[in-house]
Amino acid sequence: MKRILLGAALIAAATTAQAADVMKMAVTTSFNNSGLAEVLLPEILKDLDLEVQLLVVGTGQAIKLGEAGDVDAILVHSRPAEDAYLAGGYGTHRTEIMYNDFVFIGPSDDPAGIKGDDSAVAALQDIASAEAAFVSRGDDSGTHKKELELWTEAGLDAAGFGDWYNAVGAGMGAALNTAAGMNAYILSDRASWLNFGNKADLALLYSGDPVLFNQYAYLPVNPEKHPHVQSELVDKLEAWLVSDRAKTLIDGYQINGEQLFVFNAGVN
Amino acid sequence: MSALLPLVAQGAMSRRGGRVLVGPVDLRLDGPGITVLIGPNGAGKTSLLSLLHGTARLSSGSITWACPLDEARHAQAFVFQRPVMLRRSVIENIAYPLRIRKVPRREALARAETAARRVGLGEMLNRYAPLLSGGEQQKLALARALITEPQVLFLDEPCASLDGRAMREIESILTAARASGTRLVLSTHDMGQARRLADDVLFLLRGRLHDSGPATTFFTRPETPQARAFLQGDIVE
Amino acid sequence: MVDIWNGMTQAVWLMLTLDPELVEISLRSLRVTLSALLVACTIALPLAALLAVRRFRWRRGIIALLNALMGLPPVVVGLVVYVILSRSGPLGVLGLLFTPTAMIVAQTVIIVPLIASVAHQSIRELWAEYHDLLISMNVSETQKIRTLLWDSRRALLTAALAGFGRAIGEVGAIMIVGGNIDHATRVLTTAIALETGKGDFGLALALGFVLIALAVAVNLSIHWLGRTERGDRW
Ligand SMILES: Nc1ncnc2c1ncn2[C@@H]1O[C@H](COP(=O)(O)OP(=O)(O)OP(=O)(O)O)[C@@H](O)[C@H]1O
Ligand SMILES: [Mg+2]
Repeated sequence: MKRILLGAALIAAATTAQAADVMKMAVTTSFNNSGLAEVLLPEILKDLDLEVQLLVVGTGQAIKLGEAGDVDAILVHSRPAEDAYLAGGYGTHRTEIMYNDFVFIGPSDDPAGIKGDDSAVAALQDIASAEAAFVSRGDDSGTHKKELELWTEAGLDAAGFGDWYNAVGAGMGAALNTAAGMNAYILSDRASWLNFGNKADLALLYSGDPVLFNQYAYLPVNPEKHPHVQSELVDKLEAWLVSDRAKTLIDGYQINGEQLFVFNAGVN
Repeated sequence: MSALLPLVAQGAMSRRGGRVLVGPVDLRLDGPGITVLIGPNGAGKTSLLSLLHGTARLSSGSITWACPLDEARHAQAFVFQRPVMLRRSVIENIAYPLRIRKVPRREALARAETAARRVGLGEMLNRYAPLLSGGEQQKLALARALITEPQVLFLDEPCASLDGRAMREIESILTAARASGTRLVLSTHDMGQARRLADDVLFLLRGRLHDSGPATTFFTRPETPQARAFLQGDIVE
Repeated sequence: MVDIWNGMTQAVWLMLTLDPELVEISLRSLRVTLSALLVACTIALPLAALLAVRRFRWRRGIIALLNALMGLPPVVVGLVVYVILSRSGPLGVLGLLFTPTAMIVAQTVIIVPLIASVAHQSIRELWAEYHDLLISMNVSETQKIRTLLWDSRRALLTAALAGFGRAIGEVGAIMIVGGNIDHATRVLTTAIALETGKGDFGLALALGFVLIALAVAVNLSIHWLGRTERGDRW
C-alpha cells in the first residue's frame, strides 16, 4: 500500500514547475479580486523572470505578515495602518503605486434613496436614518477601516447601530454574497464589485466623492529586522511597479469597458 | 543447542485473582517420551501446561530447565486447545515460526509445504486459515508447532475435534516425533488415546497432581480410587 | 441563485478538456494529501501497534489523548502550525510557512490521531486473538508489531482512507498555513473557498465536483488494489 502512495506522491511531485526567482507579497483581497494581478504577474514573470507569490489577506493581516517577516513586501491601502507600520520600523519606505475607488452598492430600488446624494457622508446618513439593511466587512480590512472612517465623518457611531447593521467578518466576496442574499447596502471597492458574479438584485448606487479614493502603496519589509528578506528582488519589483510599463498595464486594465485603477506612482 | 531436560517443577502454583488454578505441583520430566495429562474438566490441565511452557505466571514455587530460560523458550512449542489461526494462508501460517527465526522465505515456504502434506493439508496450502474447519485448524496448529523441531512439545487436547482417520494420522506423527527424540506433554479426554500414546501419566484433580506413574502400571493398577473411577468412565467429583 | 446545472456542465467541460489550471490544482491537492498521508501512516501505524502490544506507564493517557485529538478542530491546528512556522516563531528559520511542506505538516497533525485511533481499535482486537500464540512462540516486540500490522492491513487501509478523506477535504488549516498562493499552495479546497468568495459559484461547484470525483476515485482504486492483491486466493 505504501508503495502505491509513494509512487503517486512522486508522480505529483514531478509535475510541479519552478521559476528562477520567487518572492512573497501580501496583498489585500480587494486588489486580488480586481483581477489586475492576473494581468500584472505574468508580465512581471516575463520581464524580470520573477515569480511573485501573492498572499491574499485583509490589510490587518497583510501588515502582520510584514511585521513577522513572513513575506518580502506588502501592497495595501490603509494610510494610518501603513504609517504605524513604518513608524514601528517594519518597513523601509512607502511607495504609492495607484488608486481605485470605493462605491456604494445597494438594492436596485434604493429604499434609502442614496442615488444622487452629493457626498458619501450624506449617503451614509440616508442609510442610517432609513435603517436600511447594511452589510459591513467587519474584518479590520482596509475597506472596513474606510467604512468606519466614513461613519465617523458622518457623525455616527457604528458600534451603536441596531439590527439593520450586519458586520460579517469576511472578505469582500463573501460580504458581497451576504449583501446579495439580504438585499442590503454595502461599501465595496469598484473592482470587486465589477468582478463579482452573483449580483442578484444589487446595483451600484453611489460613487465619485474624492473621499472614496483608495490609494495603494507598496511597502518592502525591513531587512534589518528580517535578514532573510530578498531585498534585491523586492527592489527589482518596485522599479517595475513604478515604470511606464506598469503604468500602461494598470491604466489600460478594464472590466466591462470601465477603467478600474489610476496609476499615480511618482506623482507626489 | 544444549539440552533442555530435565524439567523440574517444585511446588509450582498458578493463582489468578486469589483462586488457585493449579498447584502446588512437583514433577520431573526427562528424556524422550510422551507424558499424558488426564483429569476432568476444570482440573487444571490447560493451566499446568501453560505454566510449564512459561506463558502463565508462576505464583509460587519454581520451574527449572537444564538450560537458561531464554533458550528453553525457543526450543519448545505449544498446540492450543482452541487453535489460533493467523489471518494468512495455510502455508504462511505454518511457515510463520520459521520466518520469526529468520529462515529465508523460500526455504521456509518449502519446509512449510512438506509439513502441511504430513498433516494432510497438502491440498489447501493457499486457503485462508481462519476459514478452515476445526479439525483442519488443529492439524495446521500441529504442523506449525512441529516445524521448528522443538525438543519439548506441549499439546492441549490436540485431537479434540478430529475424526478417526485424522486422529490416527496425528498419532503417528506424534509417535514419530517421540522417536526422533522429542518430549511430548499432551492432555486428552480420550482414554483410548491416552492408552495408545502414554509412556507416563499425570492424573490431575482439582488442580493437584492426584496420581501419576508409568503408563503400564497406571492403567492396569491405578493407586487412588478416584483415578480408578476416572479410568472406568465414572464421574469424579 | 445557485446554478448547479451550470456548475456541473462547467465541471464536465473542465475535466474533459483537462484544463491545465484544474489539473495543476488537483495534482497539488493529491501531492500534499498523499505526502501527509504517507508521513502520518509511518507515525500512526507503528504507534497504534505499540500501544496495543506494550504496557507502559503513559499508555492509557496516550490512547485517551489520541481519541480526544481526533476531534481537533483543523483551524486550531492550522493556527498553531502557523505560529510555529512563522518567521517570528520557533521554527521560523526553516522558512516553511506558505509552502506545500507547511500544508503537509498541518494535514499530518490533523490525521495522525485519526489514523492511530482507528488503527489501534482493530490492532487491539487482533492482538487479543493472537496474544497467546505469539507469547507462546516467544516472538520479539518488533516481530509482534510487524505481524499485527501486516495481518490487519485491510483495517489499516480503511484507517488510511479515513485519514485521506479528512485531509483532502480540509480547508481551514491549509488555508492558514499555505496562504492559498496561486501556482504554489492553491489546492482544490482553498480554490473552492476563493471562487465562492468571488461569487463564481459555477467554477466553485466545478472544483467541488472534481474534489468529490477525486476522493471517490482514490477510494475505489485503493479498494480495487486491495482486492487484486488478495487475488482469487480466498
Ligand atoms: N484466566 C483465568 N482466570 C480465572 N480462572 C481461570 C482462568 N483460566 C482457567 N481458570 C479456571 O481454572 C480452572 C482450571 O482451568 P483449566 O483450563 O486449566 O482446566 P482444564 O483441566 O484444562 O479443563 P478442560 O478439560 O475443560 O479443558 C478452571 O476452573 C477454570 O475456570
Ligand atoms: Mg483445557
